[in-house]
Amino acid sequence: MSSLRLLAVSWYLQFKMILRSPFDGIGNVLYPLFFATTALFVFRAGHSPRTLIYASLGAAVMGMWSAVSTSAGSAMQRERWWGTLELLVAAPRHFSLVMLPATLGLATVGVYNLTATLLWGRFVFGIPLTITHPLLFALSIIGTALSFGGLGLLFAVSFVRFRAAWVLGNFFEYPVWLICGFLVPLALLPGWVRPISWVLAPTWGMNAIRESALGGTPLPDLLLCLALGLGYVGAAVLVTDRVLYDARGRGTLSLT
Amino acid sequence: MAAIEAQELRRTYKTHTGTVRRKLKEVEAVRGVNFAIEEGELFGLLGPNGAGKTTTIKMLITLLLPTSGSARVLGLDVVKNAQEVRRRIGYVFGGERGVYERLSGYDNLRYFAELYGVPPKLQKPRIEELLELVGLKGREHERAEGYSRGMKQRLHVARGLLHDPEVLFLDEPTIGLDPVGARELRSTIASLTAGGKTVLLTTHYMFEADALCDRIAVISKGRIVAEGTPADLKRGVDRGRVLEVEVYGVEDKTIERVRGLDGVMAVSVEEREQTQVLVVQTQAEAELTSAILGHLNGGQVGRISQREPTLEDAYVALVTEE
Repeated sequence: MSSLRLLAVSWYLQFKMILRSPFDGIGNVLYPLFFATTALFVFRAGHSPRTLIYASLGAAVMGMWSAVSTSAGSAMQRERWWGTLELLVAAPRHFSLVMLPATLGLATVGVYNLTATLLWGRFVFGIPLTITHPLLFALSIIGTALSFGGLGLLFAVSFVRFRAAWVLGNFFEYPVWLICGFLVPLALLPGWVRPISWVLAPTWGMNAIRESALGGTPLPDLLLCLALGLGYVGAAVLVTDRVLYDARGRGTLSLT
Repeated sequence: MAAIEAQELRRTYKTHTGTVRRKLKEVEAVRGVNFAIEEGELFGLLGPNGAGKTTTIKMLITLLLPTSGSARVLGLDVVKNAQEVRRRIGYVFGGERGVYERLSGYDNLRYFAELYGVPPKLQKPRIEELLELVGLKGREHERAEGYSRGMKQRLHVARGLLHDPEVLFLDEPTIGLDPVGARELRSTIASLTAGGKTVLLTTHYMFEADALCDRIAVISKGRIVAEGTPADLKRGVDRGRVLEVEVYGVEDKTIERVRGLDGVMAVSVEEREQTQVLVVQTQAEAELTSAILGHLNGGQVGRISQREPTLEDAYVALVTEE
């Protein structure tokens, strides 16, 4: 119960900090719209309304993923700059439980990115926003955001000993757009890429969102997405102890 | 049972030199430190920058693993029982970092109250009580980014006390504070031991350690070079004399020559606006004024004075010894 309370209060305070950062705020408002505009211009050349909706949903999840992947790495760096990382590690709670609200806060920003991108597509590019299964669509977005939070946590705890953690976060941004089929169907990618796509929750989250919007069976994809998200949290819990022990051994916690 | 105990505590850092031909270099930050602090005691770890104070404290609060040796806090090993140690200690460091600037002071405390598992019903009264204690009442709902350095420092102290820890580690808590702010903080620290807490304080201000601590250990180059009550340390130099010579640009080789004179116990140079002051501690019976002036021959010399040694001189003598 106290862990749930910690998650809730920390998520609220982390989200409050993100909202109060003008720099992050402008980035979060503008970046996804640039991504979406580029993608929609490219796909509009194909003259297929269904392809355009496909691209619009892909661009929306792109923005959501970018909010989490780039910031999960730099979230740790920010804690270092602020001098709070050591305080968090010195707290008696498991570090993964301390960091999860931070990455969930980023995923919440990602939900905004997704919504803004869809509205941008609707009002600027005239892409119809007809959702076949609204409830499943909403659940798919929440499930995808949760699994992104889990993957962000795995990034955050794995990168904690690196001073340039934000570089690693950026490194994972664009490959996931491609590997997880945000804009290009997985069938077009080489066969050896697919196993990588299967272990990445964004693949299944993207599928669930598309299936629920365009009409299909999103539940299996959604469940797989959530299961992988839980798997990432489990892996993060296991990785945390090892990584922190190592960082305490090397004395890298306070390096900026 | 001692509240804090360090036995042959050592910490080595590995670092690299060079860019293309990188060479591994080992730096010994702490070289076999021993001390024991009793419950309810305010113990000072005193030393210059880079002496190993912060490294020692970080090993005790479980943020760094010792390279060898052992340390126990409230009977718990800091490596094997790290989580339990964290639950029972508080940690406060000096400076403006360590605060969530975009949150209010109140939200900062609320966040750490959750992290330290303070029961929800107790959080509000506890935060109110601590805001009162550190003098932040009335400013708690302002964002921390607008706080002065002193206010941030007091917020640190409140954070460190949220879960009512039995042992408190204070790492240079008054660094950079103005005299009034530092005095207020020192009086808060003094009140903690009155409440039964064990406090380990690191500082490089001799007068601070003298005013607050029951016992002091002087650490220099990773080793404890003296330990005792402030009175014990003062006794170490009370038979000497101090000669102060105003100089204008003294060279390192001149200082070394003065240090090599028979009867000289320690030499240091203090910067004072336009001038420097060569501070030479000598044995009481030694008359070295003309010999020292002889070595300064050729350089401009100003006022010369002699005085009785202070506790600060004892500290300087200890940390400048090879």
